[in-house]
Amino acid sequence: MLRENQRRFRLDWITIILFLLLIGFGYVNILSASHVGEITSYFDMSQPYGKQTVFIGLTFVLIVLILSFEAKFYERFASLIYLVAILALLGLFIFGKDVNGARSWYGIGSMTIQPSEFAKFATALAVAKYISDLQTNMQTLKDQIRVAAIIVLPALLILLQNDAGSTIVYLAFFFVFYREGLQQVYLIVALSVITLAVLALKFGIIAAGILTSVVLVARYFLKNKKRPNILQYIIVLIACIAFSYSVKLFYEHGLKPHQQNRISLWLRLEKDPAKLELMKKREAYNLIQSEQAISSGGWTGKGFLQGTRTTGKFVPEQHTDYIFSTVGEEWGFLGSAFVVLLFIVLIIRILYLAESQKSQFSRVYGYGVASIFFVHFTINTGMVMGLIPTVGIPLPFFSYGGSGLWGFTILLFIFIKLDSNKINEW
Amino acid sequence: MRKLLLLASVILVGLIFVARLFYLQVYNSTAYNIFEDSAIKKEFTYPKRGYVYDRNGKLLVANQPSYDVMVIPRDVEPLDSTDFYEFCNLLKITKADYIKKFQKAKNYSPRLPSPFVQQLSKSDYAVLQEKMRKYTGFYIQKRSLRSYQTTIGANVLGDIGEVNKSIIAKQPYYRLGDLIGKQGIEKTYENTLRGTKGITFIQKDRFNKNIGPYKDGIYDTLPKPGKDITITIESKLQAYGELLMKNKRGGIVAIEPSSGEILAMVSGPSYNPNLLVGRDRSKNFNKLYRDSIAKPLFDRGLQAMYPPGSPFKTLNALVGLQEGVVTTKDRFSCALGYRYGNRKMGCHVHRSPADMNIGIYESCNAYFANVYRRIIDKYDSPAEGMDNWSKHVKSFGLGNYLNNDLSVGQPGKVPTAETYNRGYGKNRWYTTFTLSNAIGQGEVLATPIQLANMAAAIGNRGYYYTPHIIKTIEDETIPNKFTTPKYTTIDKRHFEPVVQGMHDVYNKGTAKRLKVPGIEICGKTGTAENFAIIDSVKTQLTDHSIFVAFAPKDNPKIAIAVFVENGYYGSRFAGRMASLMIEYYIKGEITRTDMENFVLRYSLEHEYEKPFSNEPFGINRKTILDPIDEKDFQQNIKIKAEINKS
Ligand SMILES: [Zn+2]
Repeated sequence: MLRENQRRFRLDWITIILFLLLIGFGYVNILSASHVGEITSYFDMSQPYGKQTVFIGLTFVLIVLILSFEAKFYERFASLIYLVAILALLGLFIFGKDVNGARSWYGIGSMTIQPSEFAKFATALAVAKYISDLQTNMQTLKDQIRVAAIIVLPALLILLQNDAGSTIVYLAFFFVFYREGLQQVYLIVALSVITLAVLALKFGIIAAGILTSVVLVARYFLKNKKRPNILQYIIVLIACIAFSYSVKLFYEHGLKPHQQNRISLWLRLEKDPAKLELMKKREAYNLIQSEQAISSGGWTGKGFLQGTRTTGKFVPEQHTDYIFSTVGEEWGFLGSAFVVLLFIVLIIRILYLAESQKSQFSRVYGYGVASIFFVHFTINTGMVMGLIPTVGIPLPFFSYGGSGLWGFTILLFIFIKLDSNKINEW
Repeated sequence: MRKLLLLASVILVGLIFVARLFYLQVYNSTAYNIFEDSAIKKEFTYPKRGYVYDRNGKLLVANQPSYDVMVIPRDVEPLDSTDFYEFCNLLKITKADYIKKFQKAKNYSPRLPSPFVQQLSKSDYAVLQEKMRKYTGFYIQKRSLRSYQTTIGANVLGDIGEVNKSIIAKQPYYRLGDLIGKQGIEKTYENTLRGTKGITFIQKDRFNKNIGPYKDGIYDTLPKPGKDITITIESKLQAYGELLMKNKRGGIVAIEPSSGEILAMVSGPSYNPNLLVGRDRSKNFNKLYRDSIAKPLFDRGLQAMYPPGSPFKTLNALVGLQEGVVTTKDRFSCALGYRYGNRKMGCHVHRSPADMNIGIYESCNAYFANVYRRIIDKYDSPAEGMDNWSKHVKSFGLGNYLNNDLSVGQPGKVPTAETYNRGYGKNRWYTTFTLSNAIGQGEVLATPIQLANMAAAIGNRGYYYTPHIIKTIEDETIPNKFTTPKYTTIDKRHFEPVVQGMHDVYNKGTAKRLKVPGIEICGKTGTAENFAIIDSVKTQLTDHSIFVAFAPKDNPKIAIAVFVENGYYGSRFAGRMASLMIEYYIKGEITRTDMENFVLRYSLEHEYEKPFSNEPFGINRKTILDPIDEKDFQQNIKIKAEINKS
């Protein structure tokens, strides 16, 4: 009995409380965003909030299940779990069901399951397993390629199923790799790529070229102790210009029109008022409605179930990807800032716990969890408040949906389990 | 260091997001206003505007429905060309009109409704209503317009028109397209007449479909109908006054002295109140507004300020008695005027020396010059005397706004010591400098309604009720400022000799030809010199004809002031019109048809054309009587018969 008690005590209750707060507040907002007319029963299975009640109930069963396994189980079976996830993704090509043009669902009776939500924790486990191997050295190109392959495989499968949003999430692992020894040059290249791409689209290739030249010239003179090869600099410059040009080409010819428009809206590239007017009715519609709903909340919001734009269903998909706009309208600045704070504290708590792990497997996995939450939170919330181009991914624990909720719960609670076991690893 | 990348990113994103939320929700967000929330549809129900009745219960103003097409620019969805063409056709506008109107509405506000096409005809409304569903963003708003049951009293009744943006800014009750009282009682009793519009808040979804009442309708209100009012006007007397004023310019104000109720309030030239109803309102209004010569919108009974002339002498007699500087027996001689220094104030031939009675009915300038000097010089300095005199005069409601319920007014002017200190320098003036005050000239100015009120105060022997137009309001009592008498500074006992003097004006004075059998009228004639600038030369025109009266002598039922522009001497037009009004009000019929025929036959239009004729012209003695065509005269007689019948 005593052992049992001690074990439970080692669970990180701060994380669990943050988790419960997010689930609870999320449910409140789903209720607001999805109810039509009177709420007669919280178990009304014809309504999203009714289903969500059940999903949350099952989540607690899932948590008990996850915590009941030995911590070692997850490390030992990481590869197997990863394999199962990959097979589930592959199976979609044969048994999958099309929803909104994406083939990312299994239909079981009236229920649907989205394997990509579960592939995240599986990939995080596999990455942790691979990196924590004593023979792995993230500084070597060989291991870099192999570990990249672990994430590219599910990401590619998801992309092929037309779910570009979920693919982007796999970029989260960059933070893990960097933490585990990836060279600095990758970070510099990543930042340069983003900067150049934005610059090229917004201000043109010439602006991108000029900025690159300025940076290179500055670097050349600051590092004048050991004069590097000028030719090298010229090659870098040409590469950058070529990259900028290809970004522009890709934007103009490689993207689907709706994707192109999303970027155009984000960077405010469209100047033709007639086309803008049209965009406002299409691509920008969600965004405008979402921003209006948030703005109308003011300091303290209109109150629970009192949001006029939420009640009127002005924001499409509000209970799924745009759930944060409900928070904004009904709970105002105080409520939305509180939600932002909950996520930031949760992620920092996970990071803190990850760094304190004795086993590298637990640490890498924890880092993966923090990174995935961070990317989801940043992209979803950023999109809803108009800072990031539209990318359809859910807000963890907040957005309506069973697969997402369970995927994130498993992701988090495997780490809580690993964390609870750290003393046993002495 | 590697540990810090993610941590730093998380913190940075957190800060950016909170900043963005602050920008969206606090910094860039206006306080929530349900009227600007496009998720909530606001349906207004306009209540019945209160009816207006005259003092005998005759309905003067009722309502008629009107339909406006309103637009909320943000909700408008583009129409295909056939629908667009049909819509424009139904509204009877061109494509260019459509674009212009739409742009105007959008400029005002994309979120708030603006009127698009106003006051549709009933048949247009019927056709349009069927198809309205097709035109997203447009809807039909029912309102009520006025329907005048009479053609008289435009200046009294006023009109309603669309609110402008400055009114909306000050009074949030009003929204673009709402109607508000613009003139007359519509303006002063706007809040009483309009009622309160009802609002229904409806939750809409993003397809603009109604999905039910907002918050179960707790904010919804029912329209509260406007209250009916009864005004003090006697519409037959008003109509008769307007008929008498035909072909003339001027004002008539008749008051019931025992209550301060305004029985008639005529301004000439007048216009038909129905001109300011419906789609042509602004066109017609502008036409009236731009007539800078006849100025039909200028209410001469309330706004025209002139030196009152001789009727003012009665006040000097009263002040003299009150101050004890003169008795009714004191006599002053008049040698065709009054000499002071090397100047002379002229007078006409009459019995001399004159006591107060003769002074009043002969209107002797010399008599009043003497009385006035005694009033001012009673005190050590003319300044003190002047201020004391001014106080007495002002107690008759002169020299300040009457503070009543009429939409326009003028304060008139009664000089004080300060007036002359400003003109001549402090204490550098003498009583004689101000002597024209003795005969109601010079610095004194009054409007016809002030003179009518002065007559009422004399008739009441020392008090008056603030002249007002409201008689009763449904379920309300009228303000007690209209039911509380205001006492003058003159004791009651001093009035009788002055009243007798005014009565003798009819018996043996300037109005002896205006006597009405069976009615003891007290009156006083007057004239006011006036000038026009013609080719930058100040040119004198024919005097204004003024008459002030009340009747009967004891317990008067009516007090009246008539003022006719360029009518020459007081009894010529103003005196006749005042006597006729008195007879018509008291007897309900006219026995002095000779007087009536005179007024109905002679026009002053030729007088008004003189300054614009570019030719030299004669005034006063050199003016002639100009009869209208016999046909027009017969028309006037017919109108008179109709008024009698109504
Ligand atoms: Zn005389």
